[in-house]
Amino acid sequence: MTALEKISAPPTRVGGTALYDWDHLVQEDRAHRLIYTDPAIFETEMTNIFGGTWTYIAHESEIPAENDFITRRLGLRPLIVVRDSDGKIRALYNRCTHRGTTLCRWDKGNAKSFQCPYHGWNFLNNGRLRGVPWPDGYADDMRDPKYNLAQVPRLESYRGFIFGTLNMDALPLSEHLGPIAKVIDEWLDRNPGGKVVVCEANRFRYKGNWKLAYDNSCDGYHVAYSHRSLLETENRFAGVNAKGMAYYRNSPDSQPMYMRYTGHGNHFKDKRPNLEKRPGGLWALESAHPGMEYYEAEFIKRYGDRAFSLLDLAGSEPVNINVFPNFSLLGNHIQVFEPISVEGTNAIWYGTMIVNDGSVPDEAVTDINALRMRTQEGFPNFGEVDDIANFEQIQRGLMAIEDEWVYMNRGFGIPDRIKQHDDGTITAPATDEAFMREHFKEWKRLMKARPNLAIQREP
Amino acid sequence: MGAQPSLDPSRSSYYVNDALYRELIGNFSGWQDDTRAIVDFAARDEFRRLLEREARLLDQLRYEDWLAMYAAECIYWVPSTPNAGDPRREISVMFDDRRRLEDRIYRLRTGFAWSQAPASRTVRLITNVEGFATANKDTCMVRSNFLITEFWDNETRLLSGWCGHRIVRENDSWKIVAKQVNLIECDQCIRNPSIIL
Repeated sequence: MTALEKISAPPTRVGGTALYDWDHLVQEDRAHRLIYTDPAIFETEMTNIFGGTWTYIAHESEIPAENDFITRRLGLRPLIVVRDSDGKIRALYNRCTHRGTTLCRWDKGNAKSFQCPYHGWNFLNNGRLRGVPWPDGYADDMRDPKYNLAQVPRLESYRGFIFGTLNMDALPLSEHLGPIAKVIDEWLDRNPGGKVVVCEANRFRYKGNWKLAYDNSCDGYHVAYSHRSLLETENRFAGVNAKGMAYYRNSPDSQPMYMRYTGHGNHFKDKRPNLEKRPGGLWALESAHPGMEYYEAEFIKRYGDRAFSLLDLAGSEPVNINVFPNFSLLGNHIQVFEPISVEGTNAIWYGTMIVNDGSVPDEAVTDINALRMRTQEGFPNFGEVDDIANFEQIQRGLMAIEDEWVYMNRGFGIPDRIKQHDDGTITAPATDEAFMREHFKEWKRLMKARPNLAIQREP
Repeated sequence: MGAQPSLDPSRSSYYVNDALYRELIGNFSGWQDDTRAIVDFAARDEFRRLLEREARLLDQLRYEDWLAMYAAECIYWVPSTPNAGDPRREISVMFDDRRRLEDRIYRLRTGFAWSQAPASRTVRLITNVEGFATANKDTCMVRSNFLITEFWDNETRLLSGWCGHRIVRENDSWKIVAKQVNLIECDQCIRNPSIIL
């Protein structure tokens, strides 16, 4: 059995009850600038959101072998995510129980134990204190569990995606994901064996609040403008607007694509209905990437009729699947948002490659991955850079104190535009801000709550 | 080049294939070998002038002139790991063939590349230039260190690292066949990585 340590409410500020009237700050169709700019709100988010709900931590393929570890964060808490010597995946607090030093400074590696660089306390990779220098200097029993590393008490994987929460009352992960799990399944199952492996990343930092990235995750309204340089570049030889996200350029709301809110802050934008349903339908949408003509010709020669369904595996899956607060699957990427401060965020686009399950020739797997790396570099290089420039300018614009409101009312109040379904999900045209109104309801619910947070230590 | 229109590397990409990847990885492994260091002053000065000119053209946003320094079938590679790795299995910060380099330039010229609105001002220092011979006397590898001072959006920052250039003598001048840019923070989160390095 593992010991749980309940977290008492954080020390309250003098005179502080509730920080703000949350119903005032987040209204049905608009949000107050303070939620993006106020350091005290950010601090509350670090317990009530990053801790209070399921947060994406890592992908299992990043720690494939026993004793493999990576360092990550849950909110601002530094973590060592490790597959321990018994094969169990843990998220250890990267914080020596003695004085607080981080134990591990490497991004990744393989280690059976972690030794504090400051006074040499040594911890097994299951979090237990293994020993301290000159223990006879302590009157205390150093086997007391309080000296074992803190850990995220609830860590669950959904098909390789590891999520964690400190909230003992949070729903089981599968229930929390609910209807969005099916879309995640579809995203995975188009790959051989229903699997992907993480393979490095395009890594960005911007000077802006983390929610600016999440507000953008399902936004179909910005594409034609924020990404105009990308759309023009992708279609510079196409004659007609045919490549990439060109379908956003003309009446995007009359396209078959749509957004769907699935609860708990989660939503997805589904552009798959825009595609021609045939092998190669996805590949046909790909704009120019290094090697594409060579591999296409080679695949047709080698694999005949099967060539285009194989090439589709290198194509960018046209769906954005967003799990609140920090996780998106889009194209073939796993995108993760890491808050650094109220006005600082990392946005990391982890690439994924396919692995062979025997259904695809080995040589094709190597070649599909070579293509897939290049298709994945396209958007971060030519699209994300412009988004994050705009996020930074939002953060700057919100410094205008008296101009208080951010509007998220596109689609709001138009009869029959938004559909409520029997399963509780909501659909709307692709440019609607319904997703944002809905995830802010979840944000507000979490911010109002007094979450039942705990950490765990090995007994 | 007299190439067929369909093989024009500005329009289609046939040269980026498995053989190229294998060759690229091979060419950029173990090349900084003291026994192959080029000590000839004149040769070293040629390398230095080549890299200084490249830096100047990029600082002046003279992209077409810059690209003219490259062979028709070229590679521009910014790895995302300090050991460079295998670009067939790893995402790079940037991995461009000629067409994608032209895409990059085209995008910057659209007027709608918000990450470069206004364009960064840059000043590049290129130092520690060392040449290394290859098995082919008309092909050399050049290592250099760079320090780019970039001013954008009220902030001045430094980007630094080292480059490997693979250059080939064509007629009387050197053409760049491949440039590998090793940013010291290649595996970390970078703010607005939108200039050509």
